[in-house]
Amino acid sequence: MKRLSRYRRHKAAGPALLIFALLAIGTTFSVASATVKASPTSFARSAVIDEGKQIFLKGCSSCHGLNAEGGAVAPSLIGVGAASVDFQVGTGRMPMADMSQQAMRKKPVYNAEETAALAAYVASLAPGPAIPDDSVLNYERDGNTAQGGELFRNNCAMCHNFAGQGGALTQGKYAPTLMGVEPKYIYEALITGPQSMPVFSDKTITPAEKLSLIKWIKAAEAEPNLGGATMGRIGPVTEGLLAWVLGIGLLIGIAVWLTTRAR
Amino acid sequence: MTPVEKTIGNAANFVDERLGAAGWVKKSLNKVFPDHWSFMLGEVCMYSFVILLLSGTFLTFWFDPSQRDVIYNGVYEPLKGLKMSAAYASTLDISFEVRGGLLMRQIHHWAANIFMAAIVAHLLRVFFTGAFRKPREFNWILGILLLTLGLVEGLFGYSLPDDLLSGTGLRITSAIIQALPVVGTYISFFLFGGAFPGTGFIPRIFTLHILIIPGIFLAVITIHVMLVWYQKHTQFPGVGRTEKNVVGHPILPVYMAKAGGFFFVVFGVIAFLSAVASINPIWLYGPYTPGQISAGSQPDWYMGWLDGLVRMAPPLETHAFGHTISWNILIPALIVPGILFTGMALYPFIESWITGDKREHHLLDRPRNVPNRTALGVMSITFVMVALINGGNDILATNFHLSINQIMWFSRIGIFVLPPIAFVITKRLCLSLQRADRDLLLHGSETGRLLRLPHGEFVEVHEPISAEKAFLLQSHEEPIALELSEVDSRGVRRPGALKNKVQRRLSKAHAVSVPKVSEQELKEIEHH
Repeated sequence: MKRLSRYRRHKAAGPALLIFALLAIGTTFSVASATVKASPTSFARSAVIDEGKQIFLKGCSSCHGLNAEGGAVAPSLIGVGAASVDFQVGTGRMPMADMSQQAMRKKPVYNAEETAALAAYVASLAPGPAIPDDSVLNYERDGNTAQGGELFRNNCAMCHNFAGQGGALTQGKYAPTLMGVEPKYIYEALITGPQSMPVFSDKTITPAEKLSLIKWIKAAEAEPNLGGATMGRIGPVTEGLLAWVLGIGLLIGIAVWLTTRAR
Repeated sequence: MTPVEKTIGNAANFVDERLGAAGWVKKSLNKVFPDHWSFMLGEVCMYSFVILLLSGTFLTFWFDPSQRDVIYNGVYEPLKGLKMSAAYASTLDISFEVRGGLLMRQIHHWAANIFMAAIVAHLLRVFFTGAFRKPREFNWILGILLLTLGLVEGLFGYSLPDDLLSGTGLRITSAIIQALPVVGTYISFFLFGGAFPGTGFIPRIFTLHILIIPGIFLAVITIHVMLVWYQKHTQFPGVGRTEKNVVGHPILPVYMAKAGGFFFVVFGVIAFLSAVASINPIWLYGPYTPGQISAGSQPDWYMGWLDGLVRMAPPLETHAFGHTISWNILIPALIVPGILFTGMALYPFIESWITGDKREHHLLDRPRNVPNRTALGVMSITFVMVALINGGNDILATNFHLSINQIMWFSRIGIFVLPPIAFVITKRLCLSLQRADRDLLLHGSETGRLLRLPHGEFVEVHEPISAEKAFLLQSHEEPIALELSEVDSRGVRRPGALKNKVQRRLSKAHAVSVPKVSEQELKEIEHH
C-alpha cells in the first residue's frame, strides 16, 4: 500500500484512476448484460432468432438496414411484430420483386420455418403484434356472418369493394382481392395494417368482430353465383359491356340476318 | 267461299259496319316499309320497352316502396337479422322467395340496359344517315326527349331497391342537384323531403318510376311511331328509289311477320342474358346506410359518362355572397350535358342553317357523303367514350394494373384533344372513301388478275361494277357552299355581316367533297 500511496500525488494518477474506473464499470456491465441475455430463454429460442437474423441479413437488410432500422426505400421493422413479418413474407409480398407502387401477393420466397425464424428475429427487436394462434382463429364457431357483413361494409368495402373483390387506390396502388386469402393473413392484416391499409386495433374492431369479418369474407367466397355469371362482381361496368357486346351485338346480327334478301 | 272465309268475312263486315275501319285498314295494310338492318334498331327500343312494362308490372306485385325499417328474416343467410328498409327487404324477397322473381328482376334490368343501348344505336343511325332532316325534325326532338327520359327512368329504377349501390347513386344525384347555384339546396330538400337521405324518397321515386315517366314514355313513343307512320320511313338510295316513293315490303304479310317475330327475338335475347348473366346482385351490396360505400361504385353504363365527367373535374369552387358554387360538379354534371343535349336537339335546324337546304328529304345519306356531319358525330362519340372510360377508371386501374391518376390525366387531356383529332381523321376518311367510290365508278373493281400485254407491259384487269352499284355510287347530291356576301351591291357592309361570315365559313367546310363523276366522264368510260 505504501508503494501505491507514494504515487498518489503523481500527475498520471488522475487519468489512471479514470481509466481503471471505466474499465471496472464496463466489465461489470458487460458481464451483467451477458448474463441477462443468456438467462431467461432457452438456447433453442436464441438459435431461432440467430437463424432469423442470418436470413434477414441476406435477404432483407439491403433495404431494411443491417439492424432493421429502415432505409431510404424501406421502413424500419423495429416494433412491427411477428404478425407483420408472417403476413408480408408468408403471402410472398416480401421480399419485393421490384420497386413498384405496391408489393403484390406472389409465391412465398421463404418456407414456413424460415418465415417463423424471420418473425422471431423481428419480434425480438421490440414488442409488436404477435402471430394469432390457431385457437384464436376459430371463426366458424366464434363469428357471425351478418354482423361481419355490416362491419365489412362499414370498414372495408370502400377499398376492397362490396364483395371483397378489391379496388383501386391512388397512384397505381390498390386494395387486393380478399378471395382466397387465408383467415390467418386476414387477421394479421387487420392488426398490422400492411402497406396502404390502416391498422384495425382490437379497440376499433374487437377480436370477436374480426372473426365475424373473416366469416363473412369466407361466406362471400363460397357464395354460389345466384343470378348467373357474375362477370367479376365488380358492378355495372361489366354489365354495361355485356349489354352492348352480347345484347346489342346479337340483336344487330339477327337484324342483319332478317333483312338479308334470299338469293 | 269456304266456310272459314265466310265466317271471317262476316266478322270483318260486323266490325266495319260499326267502326268504318275498312278504309283505314286497307290503306294501312298497303303501307310499305323499307328493309335494312339498321331500321330495326328502333324496333329493338320499342320491344324492350314492352318487355320493361311487362316485367316491371310483375315486380310491382311484390315490391314494397317504403323506407320503413324492418329486420330481415328471409332466406339469405349473410343478411339475416340486419335492419333495412322494407324496399330492400322486399327486393331480396323478390330475388330469393318469389317464384321466378330473380329472373324477372334480371329481365327488367337487362331490358333496361338494352333499351338504352338500342336508343343510342338508333339515334346514331338516324344521325349518320341524315334521317332527322326536314320533315322529321320534330321526331328527332322527340327521340332526344325519349333518350333523356330513359336516363332519368333508369336512374330511378337503379335507386329503388335501396341497396348500398343505389343509395350511393342517389347521394351523388342529390349532390348534383345541390350544385345548382342558390336554388340547389332548396330543390334537393324539396325532392327528398328534407335532408338526404330522409324517409320519403323511395315512395316518391316509385310513383315517378312506375307511373309518371312510363306514362310520358307511352305518350311520346306513340307520337314518335305515329309520325314515322304518317311521314313514312326513310330509305337508302338505290335503283328505283326516289324522294317520292318508298320501296320495301307491304306491312302484311312479310313485314308483319318479320317485325312480330323480331319482338320474340328481342325477348329471347334479353331472357337469355337474364338467365345466364347476373345483373345488379343487390344481396351482395347490402342495405343502404349513408355511412357506407363500396369501392368501384358505378352507375349503369348510360350514366357512366356523366360520372366520368364528374370524376375528371378538378376541384374548383367559388364562394360569393354566402353561397358556394361548386364548378367541379356544376360544369361536368349539368352544364356540359345541357349543352350536349340542347345541341343534339337543335342539330337538324343548325345543319339546315349551315347548308341552306330547306327541302324535304326521304332518301338517306351515306355517311361518307356528308363528311362534316359524320365527323361531328364521331367527335361526339369520342367525347362520350373518353368520359365513359374515366367513369370506370377504378375498374380499369385494378384490372389492367394501371394508375387511377394516370387514367384521370389521360381523360382530362383527352376530353379536349381526342374529339378534334377524331373529327379530322373521320373527315379525311370520308373524303378518302368518296375518292375510292369515284375510282370504283371510273375504273371498276380490281380483280387481282395481272395481264401481260404483247409488248411486255403488265396491267391489272379491272371489272366494271354492276349497274345497281354504279347507281348507288353516284346517286348523292354534290353539296354546294352558300354564297353569302358581306357587302351589298353598292359595297356597303350589310347588317348581320358577321352572322353571314360564320354561316359562309361553316357552309364551305360542310360542302368539302370529292367531285362526283360527271356525265361526260361516264360517257367516256363507255367508249373505252
